[in-house]
Amino acid sequence: MATEILMPALSPTMEEGTLAKWLVKEGDEITSGMIIAEIETDKATMEFEAVDEGTMGKIMVDEGTEGVKVNTPIAVLLEEGEDASAVPDAAPPAAAQPEEKAAAPAPVAAEVATPVQQADTSPDWPKGTEMKSTTVREALRDAMAEEMRRDETVYLMGEEVAEYQGAYKVSQGLLDEFSAKRVIDTPITEHGFTGIAVGAAFGGLRPIVEFMTFNFALQAIDHIINSAAKTLYMSGGQMGAPMVFRGANGAAARVGAQHSHDFAAWYSQVPGLKVVMPYSAADAKGLLKTAIRDPNPVVFLENEILYGRSFDVPVMDDFTIPLGKAKIAREGTDLTIVSFGIGMQYALEAAEKLAADGISAEVIDLRTLRPMDTATVINSVMKTNRCITVEEGFPVCSIGNHISAVLMENAFDYLDAPVINCTGKDVPMPYAANLEKLALVTTDEVVEAARKVTYR
Amino acid sequence: MATKKKPAKSNVSAEELLGHYKEMLLIRRFEEKAGQLYGMGLIGGFCHLYIGQEAVVVGLEAAASEGDKRVTSYRDHGHMLACGMDPKGVMAELTGREGGYSRGKGGSMHMFSKEKHFYGGHGIVGAQVPIGAGLAFADKYLENGGVTFAYFGDGAANQGQVYETYNMAMIWDLPVIFVIENNQYAMGTSVQRSTKSPSLWERGAAYGIPGEEVDGMDVLAVKEAGEKAVAHCRAGKGPYILEIKTYRYRGHSMSDPAKYRTREEVQKMRDERDPIEQVRDLLLTGKHATEEDLKAIDKDIKAVVNEAAEFSKESPEPALEELYTDIYADEVPQEA
Ligand SMILES: Cc1ncc(C[n+]2csc(CCOP(=O)(O)OP(=O)(O)O)c2C)c(N)n1
Ligand SMILES: [Mg+2]
Repeated sequence: MATEILMPALSPTMEEGTLAKWLVKEGDEITSGMIIAEIETDKATMEFEAVDEGTMGKIMVDEGTEGVKVNTPIAVLLEEGEDASAVPDAAPPAAAQPEEKAAAPAPVAAEVATPVQQADTSPDWPKGTEMKSTTVREALRDAMAEEMRRDETVYLMGEEVAEYQGAYKVSQGLLDEFSAKRVIDTPITEHGFTGIAVGAAFGGLRPIVEFMTFNFALQAIDHIINSAAKTLYMSGGQMGAPMVFRGANGAAARVGAQHSHDFAAWYSQVPGLKVVMPYSAADAKGLLKTAIRDPNPVVFLENEILYGRSFDVPVMDDFTIPLGKAKIAREGTDLTIVSFGIGMQYALEAAEKLAADGISAEVIDLRTLRPMDTATVINSVMKTNRCITVEEGFPVCSIGNHISAVLMENAFDYLDAPVINCTGKDVPMPYAANLEKLALVTTDEVVEAARKVTYR
Repeated sequence: MATKKKPAKSNVSAEELLGHYKEMLLIRRFEEKAGQLYGMGLIGGFCHLYIGQEAVVVGLEAAASEGDKRVTSYRDHGHMLACGMDPKGVMAELTGREGGYSRGKGGSMHMFSKEKHFYGGHGIVGAQVPIGAGLAFADKYLENGGVTFAYFGDGAANQGQVYETYNMAMIWDLPVIFVIENNQYAMGTSVQRSTKSPSLWERGAAYGIPGEEVDGMDVLAVKEAGEKAVAHCRAGKGPYILEIKTYRYRGHSMSDPAKYRTREEVQKMRDERDPIEQVRDLLLTGKHATEEDLKAIDKDIKAVVNEAAEFSKESPEPALEELYTDIYADEVPQEA
């Protein structure tokens, strides 16, 4: 059977081209891989190789012809024993273009634009549970130890996590209990060990990767985003990366610009990642345990200043908190303050000061940034009609910006004032003590914003 | 090419040789067909063909055992066919259809098969190297005796993460074979222009990793080197490097006019070193097969490839709901 040779698309964007030159003539023997023509595309002149074998029966488009549409028959190849009479006389109708379907609109993820959203308001632990004062540092360690006891495939890797007991002593005691097989000191090589951990997750383990601080995870961000977050989707659900990336995030104290960056908004932008940023020790423990069990890559953002702070943690055999569930840390009626991580400190202090002036603030701790419990925020704002957000990160494209947008879309009619985002300043973190203080968000700024939205 | 053509080993059976011939031919014909479908607009975006490099994956797969893992770059069609993935599923992924390995959501560069222990298909140059070492880390941790083949190009060999990985693979004795597919070009940059290192495998010496250079146009030489590397890893001696000297006949991707090398250079390689022709000669001169036998094989393979192409055209595009699936796992099935 004679085979038509069609004008090829030789680049992702080519729709037509110039048949610049034929390198064979009618009657020539053609073998697969042989360069038979030169074609000018929108980008360059390309060599065109034959795929099929046979004899060149007929050249249907002369060299020098411009504007030859992709998929137009340009020649006919004859099989052994055929002669040119097998070639159809009339040029066949323009070859079928791959069907141009009108781009169907993507189905919009069901997003209920009507207020009163279903929010999970169940308590994190049963009433009357015994409580124990615990530092955030201990809570994180306890969470890892409990999960490592529970599941043999959970292991911890990072710089100084084993023999040194953690740069911030979060992994204290883990090497003793779990041995060097499961608590692994790495060289200082973030890009490499993060990639290895992603591979280990593909291979059936549940790695916890500790970054000494998230500033250094920038060297590894390619693996967090491109390798860990996207593989489940790219593999059509066949394999993903069940793992946790954790470590200190945001400003510590007086460590300057390169060691003081809050990455909450960065990671929260990425589909395929979950992002957690706890404030209290109870949340740190309950959320880290859940993050380790979660079958997806979870970025778990801790804070150096909070490590040493004590909070009550419930004494329970297996205490977990679901991801994606915010907490109303303080109830109120006049405005809603939404925060997370160390921002909660300013939010709670501000609420206290405002109360003294007779302004009742409801404080919401998001705890998980992705997926975000917007229902709890919206429901609160429907009650208070005013909202401010508090975070330590930069102001442009911040978490607060996102919450403002969510409220505009879902609770516009309930807002009695524009949402104000209290954030860190739009500057690299300075070293000087006075400037550093200015660069960070402060309780006074939160109080001022609250007065502004309540017009008091 | 610097390597000298090694004589074919006499310790290969006619059957094995015929098997290698078929596998290499399948890759070649598949890639030619993929090029054709690209030309027809059925395959979009980037599409990197493996033509010329067939002996690398076929030789190494011949050295692998069930349960061993492999991971590579975007130039991945050959690896997938060689490890036994279904040509229909691969081609349908190239055309972005529901019947593709990733149900059309990965494309040519991002394909996976848990069943065949193929871990991608990675579009970021060099990223697959630590991932491969991580797979080996898991095997060692789980004590299952597996070995991982981490394939990467001569261009990728200049990525820093490769050397970070060498270092850790050696500290932790990971059972990983670093396979440098040195096809002499990274897009348009020849190895001579990207490094002054006389050889890429020797860089492993800085970390204490043994390795060797292999003639990648000779499938039997590749297989022999692969067996040695596998034995090294399986014995718990840590990683091994194979720098396999090979050549890609086609452009880097479909839209490469290949102005950085001469037509003569490519033609010479095809005429003198072609991996499939070499085995064909061995089969015929050794009287292991007749011209008719080989013609029949060719016909069978063409049929397989045509069937894959038909499937890839007929398989429907993914349902629109697929846009929002597989972003998060409720329950990722863990390896047994
Ligand atoms: C990190 C990164 N940088 C650049 C690119 C663009 N790119 C894709 S392939 C390639 C050349 C790689 O050459 P080599 O490693 O030799 O592999 P080959 O294509 O020869 O198989 C480049 C620069 C990329 N995909 N990823
Ligand atoms: Mg290359």
